[in-house]
Amino acid sequence: MQAKENEQGLKRYTIITAMDNEAGVLSQLAHLFSRKGYNIETIAAGWTVDQNVTRFTIEIYSDEERIKLLCSQLRKLVPIHYVEILDPSKSIRRELMLVRVKAEDRASRNEIIQIGNIFRGSVVDITPDSITLSVTGDDQKTQAFEELLKEFGILDLARTGIVAIERGEM
Amino acid sequence: MDKSTRKLNGSEILIQCLLEQGVDTVFGYPGGAILNVYDKLYEHPEIRHILTAHEQGASHAADGYARSTGRVGVCFATSGPGSTNLATGVATAYMDSSPVVFITCNVNSDLIGRDSFQEVDITGVTLPITKCTYIVSNVKNLADTVREAFTVARSGRPGPVLIDIQKNATADEYDYTPTTPEEFSANGSARIARLKSTHHPAIGYPEIDIKAVETLAEMIERCEKPLLICGGGVVRSGASEEFRTLARRMDSPVAITVMGGGAFGGYDPLKTGMIGMHGSQASNMACDACDLLIAVGCRFSDRVTLNPAGFAKNAKIVHIDIDPSEIDKNIKTDLHIIGDAKEVLTLLLSKMKADKKNDGWKNYVFSFRRETEYDDPENGTLTPKQILSAAAEILPQDTMVTTDVGQHQMWAIQHFRFDYPGQLTTSGGFGTMGFGLGAAIGVQAGNPDKTVVLPYADNNASVQQFDIGNGQTVAALDLRRSLLTDYA
Repeated sequence: MQAKENEQGLKRYTIITAMDNEAGVLSQLAHLFSRKGYNIETIAAGWTVDQNVTRFTIEIYSDEERIKLLCSQLRKLVPIHYVEILDPSKSIRRELMLVRVKAEDRASRNEIIQIGNIFRGSVVDITPDSITLSVTGDDQKTQAFEELLKEFGILDLARTGIVAIERGEM
Repeated sequence: MDKSTRKLNGSEILIQCLLEQGVDTVFGYPGGAILNVYDKLYEHPEIRHILTAHEQGASHAADGYARSTGRVGVCFATSGPGSTNLATGVATAYMDSSPVVFITCNVNSDLIGRDSFQEVDITGVTLPITKCTYIVSNVKNLADTVREAFTVARSGRPGPVLIDIQKNATADEYDYTPTTPEEFSANGSARIARLKSTHHPAIGYPEIDIKAVETLAEMIERCEKPLLICGGGVVRSGASEEFRTLARRMDSPVAITVMGGGAFGGYDPLKTGMIGMHGSQASNMACDACDLLIAVGCRFSDRVTLNPAGFAKNAKIVHIDIDPSEIDKNIKTDLHIIGDAKEVLTLLLSKMKADKKNDGWKNYVFSFRRETEYDDPENGTLTPKQILSAAAEILPQDTMVTTDVGQHQMWAIQHFRFDYPGQLTTSGGFGTMGFGLGAAIGVQAGNPDKTVVLPYADNNASVQQFDIGNGQTVAALDLRRSLLTDYA
């Protein structure tokens, strides 16, 4: 699945963590990653069933040894509730992508809408010159969607970053 | 205790909370934003305030007080430059796991974020060098924040905590209900309850893995060439007695780290001296040849291990530490036990069967030198050992020593024979020049009956010289401190 590797041969990991929902926790969290030398690939946050708790999904490239150390350092932060590394085969990863594409004639407009349909995307805005689509999926799917739209001319693009959750027990 | 609720202003609430925690000494330096708190201090002679000439000195003093007494140190500073002057002291306390609560005041809430006069985001500055930081913008959160800060600073692996109180929260009034640290810890804030129930490393004492302790007892049984490393964790945990018993029962040589000084007897025949870069030949040869290395409360810093790949290469390495994030950080271990040193060692002693005898191994280890030897001095000058040994002879045996940083620090640790935990206060991890004098003030404040000595090297004096000429501090403490100055 997503266990991609980067140029340095590091694996991509998905970390989920929950923290007290209060001012400053994001900077505490992000700071720890930067001072341990990590670049955060994606980070997404939102409160959970308990509005006092914010759940983060963070993706980084690392190796097995360093990620364990990082997690034990994260667990030391006082606002942290838990930290877990998700097993790619037992979890679901999704992100939402919004993309505005140039569509100045009928043919391209049709084709863009068809590509959108194949990806189960939806048209969220349309003007005489452009179409804005929204699509959800893992990063490979959104990447593929972006590739296909490139030839029409992408005017703007936004990703939420990956959110992930563990699958239920079978 | 009168448990009734009263309406008090924030400054009075802060002081009441300090009294709840048993605070009797505060180090600091006043300024505009913290004036309300200082005004209230006048009404509380039961809290002694020690004024230094610079906030950094106060930060080291609070740190020295904490290390030498085992209690939480408290340090006050005002907003802006007052608070940033603390930063070096905060980092020093963090690197050496010293429990200090730093209290700074900031500008009024309505001025925050406007680059107001003497405003700085001090919690942002100290984020990576504290266990936790707190901002108090409303007086209603003040009491519980102070109580939580003390709980966090002293629990688990101790460390510094910073509370930044906005000025309005020191003036506004709110209900104050007295409580005790025990009560607060038992049913205080929701956060403390969560931290406790999840065995959070910040305050938790994890359940000790009994299987691992049994495995270690078996490893001790089988080993022939053991070596123990006594780290700063033995001092912080108060596990000195247990550690000495373990060394005796294992009949094992003991190497100390800089932070472990005092936890193992300086005159003990099992002591090999310091280990690592500034270590003795005996310690380092033993580390190289041992078949079982047990490190207690040490973090295998680069000054100890030098080249991690070749460190104790013939040994099974066992690490006992309270902080899970120290395990396998610098050195790959064969076995680890997470827990408070005192608890782990007590359990280990109960699982050990027979006492051991390792005469052959000890003969080998102690055939090497335990102390640095010096060439005969030229021109009638004295060697560091001669100077420090002479000082040690003249001074009372329980003299407390603080050091600055540099060569004289290593000499002091090598040549003074520290015998009890807390006897040595030194900046091991952060290596802060200018630490010694502030620390000496704090150690003396916390131990008024002891003699405190600070060996000093020339440039240390210029780094934190402020307090030497600060008659107020010296007079207030009736300091018996002597300075041994090395103008080499």
